[in-house]
Amino acid sequence: MHDLLIAPFAEFGFLRRALVGCMALSVSAPVLGVFLVLRRMSLTADVLAHGALPGVALGFLLAGLSAPALWLGGLVAGLLVAVGAGALSRATGGREDATLAALYLLALGAGVAMISMGGGGATDLSHILFGSVLGVDDAALLLMAGVATLTLVVLAFGWRPLVLECFDPSFAAAAGARGGLWHLVFQALVVLNVLSAFQALGTLMAVGLMMLPAIASRHWAREVSGMTYAAVGIALAASVVGLLVSYHADVPTGPAIVLVAGAAWAVSVLAGPVDGLLPRLVRRGHLAG
Amino acid sequence: MSATRSPAGIRLENLTLTHGRHPAVHHVSGRFAPGSLTAVVGPNGAGKTTLLRALAGLHKPESGRIAHEGTARIALLPQLAALDRAFPIACRDVVMQGLWPRLGAFRGVPQAERDRAARALAAVGLSGFEDRPVGSLSAGQTQRLLFARLLVQDADILLLDEPFNAVDAKTSADLLRLVREWHGEGRTVIAVLHDLDLVARDFPETLLIARDAIAWGPTGQALSAANRLKARMMAEAWADEAEHCHIAA
Repeated sequence: MHDLLIAPFAEFGFLRRALVGCMALSVSAPVLGVFLVLRRMSLTADVLAHGALPGVALGFLLAGLSAPALWLGGLVAGLLVAVGAGALSRATGGREDATLAALYLLALGAGVAMISMGGGGATDLSHILFGSVLGVDDAALLLMAGVATLTLVVLAFGWRPLVLECFDPSFAAAAGARGGLWHLVFQALVVLNVLSAFQALGTLMAVGLMMLPAIASRHWAREVSGMTYAAVGIALAASVVGLLVSYHADVPTGPAIVLVAGAAWAVSVLAGPVDGLLPRLVRRGHLAG
Repeated sequence: MSATRSPAGIRLENLTLTHGRHPAVHHVSGRFAPGSLTAVVGPNGAGKTTLLRALAGLHKPESGRIAHEGTARIALLPQLAALDRAFPIACRDVVMQGLWPRLGAFRGVPQAERDRAARALAAVGLSGFEDRPVGSLSAGQTQRLLFARLLVQDADILLLDEPFNAVDAKTSADLLRLVREWHGEGRTVIAVLHDLDLVARDFPETLLIARDAIAWGPTGQALSAANRLKARMMAEAWADEAEHCHIAA
């Protein structure tokens, strides 16, 4: 038991760092994920993550596997895709989701092409796409912890306006809650969290820890606050179990954590107390009033 | 609720509101007097909702001006359809949204305000609904809930967009009683309505609008047969190719 659960973390510093990083991510990203789900923007984070790839690739080509370079490149590219899609769809009258899809596919193609043309071997490519525990150096760890702290502090102030803006945007605007401004702040937090997940989870799966627990959470609570607690709990568990799976089964960390979080989602859909499938099979009859 | 209210009138000065280049409200002037109870009526597409949103500060005038007399707190009751009723939130929290202007993003909710929220729920007939999720409410119950939020908000000017749509007779009678109480307390109430019988019975003032203000004044005069016919014809001329407007802004 000890060998299975504790020894890997006790023995290897890099695994401990990855664990701390993922846990930091787990307390902030799923909270944003819950709001993304409620705003019907479940795919937005994914698009932003893929859109950031050319920037990450450029950073990688110029500076190797260094956190600040990858991060800065990803930040610029991700914001370009997000802001560019909005501006382009307003200018041409097209739908924003369509423009976003076009831009992120382009960015994904360009990113992968850049990495392979730059002479990076298959190993480097897989590190960037799927994440690597070895990528979580001290700089990356500080970044993940910093982003998580910032996110929680900003969300503490933004909680009420964000809930208002989601539930009743006209009321929020009339009451002067500055919903639009908070929406922008919220999107910036999403980009920051996605990027801070790059090192551990890779660009392809950076949003796994943000979205899967958030989507699963609706089967555990009927209010936003309860949903965020559930999402954070699921994300924390998925981080620990995912890293252990990654270590024992020699799978990249990104897919390992995402698969565990996905399993948690499947269990939630099946057995969750709110709208779960199995509780429905138990026919309890209806109430009298 | 406080007994003295600040004078909360609104003056419209040659106000034009547009969607793109098409006017929704066209060169309208007039005044909602402090403490007045006004129905805004008119055909679909007459600019009623747009006017209400502009009064709430959500729609910028293309030309003209909305002048507030005094500094009034404004509350808006949006159309039920504008709400995300599937949002996972409990009734208690919706009612307490009315505290936003006083508490903002971060201040705690004092016990006195919690009690006020509970009393507001009782006043709209939703006692015991505190922990129910909004998604489980019917349209009428949701409208009652939003009225409770208005009660907690304690505003000087209340803008109600189709408050009695999709609610049954009992609910609209209960909610109408609240509107009358607000009027009695000296608040300014402006409501977009479709039921002309109800307007004639309960609303002293009426603004009949079809892009232009057809009539604005005591309800009996504003809703004369001639005015209603005029409003209908204005509304039906809507879709035609329009020329440039040459009225001075």
